Amino acid sequence: MYVAVKGGERAIDNAHAFLAEERRGDPAIPELTVAQIRAQMALAVNRVMAEGSLYDPDLAALAIKQSRGDLIEAIFLIRAYRTTLPRLGCSRPIDTGRMAAVRRVSATYKDLPGGQVLGPTFDYTHRLIDFALAAEGTAAQAPLASAPLGPVPRVTGFLDREGLIEDEPASEATPRDLTREPMELPADRALRLQALTRGDEGFILSLAYSSQRGYGRTHPFVGELRIGEVAVELDIPELGFAVEIGAITVTECETVNQFTGSRTQPPQFTRGYGLVFGQTERKAISMSLVDRALRWDELGEDNTGAPVQDQEFVLMHADNIQATGFLEHIKLPHYVDFQSELELVRRLRAGQQGAAE
Amino acid sequence: MSDYNFAYLDEQTKRMIRRAILKGVAVPGYQVPFASREMPMPYGWGTGGVQVTAACLTPGDTLKVIDQGADDTTNAVSIRKFFQRTAGVAVTESTAAATIIQTRHRIPETPLTEGQILVYQVPIPEPLRFLEPRETETRRMHALEDYGLMHVKLYEDIARNGAIATSYAYPVKVEGRYVMDPSPIPKFDNPKLSGSRALQVFGAGREQRIYAVPPYTDVVSLDFEDHPFEASKAPHACDLCGDDASYLDEVITDDSGGRMFVCSDTDHCAGRQAAGHRGRLSPQEDAA
Repeated sequence: MYVAVKGGERAIDNAHAFLAEERRGDPAIPELTVAQIRAQMALAVNRVMAEGSLYDPDLAALAIKQSRGDLIEAIFLIRAYRTTLPRLGCSRPIDTGRMAAVRRVSATYKDLPGGQVLGPTFDYTHRLIDFALAAEGTAAQAPLASAPLGPVPRVTGFLDREGLIEDEPASEATPRDLTREPMELPADRALRLQALTRGDEGFILSLAYSSQRGYGRTHPFVGELRIGEVAVELDIPELGFAVEIGAITVTECETVNQFTGSRTQPPQFTRGYGLVFGQTERKAISMSLVDRALRWDELGEDNTGAPVQDQEFVLMHADNIQATGFLEHIKLPHYVDFQSELELVRRLRAGQQGAAE
Repeated sequence: MSDYNFAYLDEQTKRMIRRAILKGVAVPGYQVPFASREMPMPYGWGTGGVQVTAACLTPGDTLKVIDQGADDTTNAVSIRKFFQRTAGVAVTESTAAATIIQTRHRIPETPLTEGQILVYQVPIPEPLRFLEPRETETRRMHALEDYGLMHVKLYEDIARNGAIATSYAYPVKVEGRYVMDPSPIPKFDNPKLSGSRALQVFGAGREQRIYAVPPYTDVVSLDFEDHPFEASKAPHACDLCGDDASYLDEVITDDSGGRMFVCSDTDHCAGRQAAGHRGRLSPQEDAA
C-alpha cells in the first residue's frame, strides 16, 4: 500500500543532528580547536582560502572543522559567506617584488642575487611515515638565518633587461571581477587568471600535467617561485593616499617558456603566471602552466585541440563548487522525468514489438 | 542568524537580478546573462530559482515551493524553510493561494492566474547544449536563429525510433523567435507554458542565465506536421483521487511487480480527495 512521502522536514532535521554528532566524533577524544587547525593544518587552510577566494585563516579553519575535513565543502562554506560581504573598496595591486619571502627558488639559474632560499618545503624530505609524530614529540628547532631575506629581484627581470623575455606592460586598468559579472567568453587574461587561482587544485594540476605530457606542450621552466608576505594597500579617498591595511601570504610562480618567434616577433621567452593565496606551491605552478597554454592564440601558436588550450573547456569546468553542486544534484529526486522516460521506453518497445509481429 | 537582508540577497544584487528578469520579459525566451551569486545551497540544487524568487519576493507575498510537483520533497522543504527564515513570508501548499511558486520539474495542474509568478529552477538553460557544447557557438546560433541542428536531431529521432525520443525538457519556440529549454518538466506540461496568465521566470544559477515567458505568450513545442507534438503521460488514473488527466508518478509497492499511480501534484491530488474524489486504491471509508 502506498505510504505518502511525508515528513521530509523532520527527516532533514534529524539528518542534520546526526551529522553534527558524527562531526564531533567520539566525545572521549578532545575536540579540535579552530586555532589548532589554523596552526597545524595550515596547508589545508591555505587551499580553502585560495579556492574560497577569501583570505581569512580563522574562518577557513572554522570551515574545515565544520565540514569534517572535506575541503571542497569548507571552500563552499567560505564562498557562500564571501558573497554576503560588502565591498568596501579595491586594494592597490600587491607588489610581490617587495615580498618578505620565506621561500624563493629558481630552476633556471644555479645562483642568483638573493640566493636560493628553500624555506619550509617538503622537497627533499624522504616520504617515510614519521612514527615519532604519533607519540606527539616536539619538533626540532630550525636554526635562524642571521638576517631576514629582504626584497629580492625577479628572475624575469634579468631576462627582461636583455630583451629575452616578452614584454609585460603595466596597466592601470581595473580588471573585470569574475565574482560580480557573468563570465563572458572569450575571457581576457586577467579574468582567466582569476578563474584559475580559485579553480580546483586537482583540476588545474591535471590540466598542467596533461600539457607536460604533450597535450598542448609549452616547455616551461620555473623561472622563479616565491612564497611570502606582501602588504595590502588601500587608497583612502578622504586621505588622498594609500594606507597599508594588512599583509597576506601568497605564492607566486613565473614560468619561462620557449617561443620560437613569429613573423612579427624575434625568438624570445614567454611567460606563464601563477599567483595563489597562502603557501600553495603545487597550485601556483600548475596555474602558470595552464595560463601559458591558454595563451596559444595571442602568441600565434597552433591549436592542437588539447583540453588545456581550450579556454571554454578550462574556464567552465575549473570551479569545484559549481562542479560538485551540479554533480551531486543528481541525488535529488528525478522521478517525474524518469517517469516520462519510462513511458517513452515502454511506448518505443511496444512499437518495435508490434512491428516485429 | 537573522542579520541577513530580506530574502537573503542584498538590495544591489536583487536590483541586478531584477534588471535581468526585466530584460528576459522584454525578449521572451532569450537567455540573459546575470552575475549569479554563490548561495548557501549547492549549485544545481535550485540556486538560480532561489535568486529569482529572492529578487521577486515582497513581504506581502505568499510562497509555494514544489519539487517533482510535491510540496514535501526534501529539497522543496529546504528551500521553503530558507525563505521562511530569511524573508519571513507566508508560505502555502495551495497553488491558488500562492503569489510566487518556485518549482523544479513540474507546472502545477491548477491553472495559474494573473499576478502569479512561476519560478523555474533550471540546470542547463541552453536547449542546444547537447547538440553543441560551446556557449560561444550556441549564442551565435540563437542570434542567427540558426535552429537547423535541433530540427535535424528531432528528425533523426523519428528516423531511428519512429517518434521524438525526448520526454522531458522538450524544446519550445517562444513567440516565434527563440528556441528555449522549458527546464526538465515532462513534455506533458509543455502546453501549460503557452498563453499562461502568470509570469514565468527561469533561473539557472550555475550557468548564470535568466529567461522569461511573459503572460499570454505563444509557446510552441517543436514538432513536424506529420509527427505532431503529443503531451504524454502514463495511461492510468490516479489511484488516490481518480483523476485521469493529471501527471502521474509510478510507485512500486512490492517486489513482485505491484505498482500504483498517483498524482505528482500533491496539492491537486489532496484537493480532489477533499472534494470527495476517490481512486482505485483509496482507503474505503464507511459511508456514515
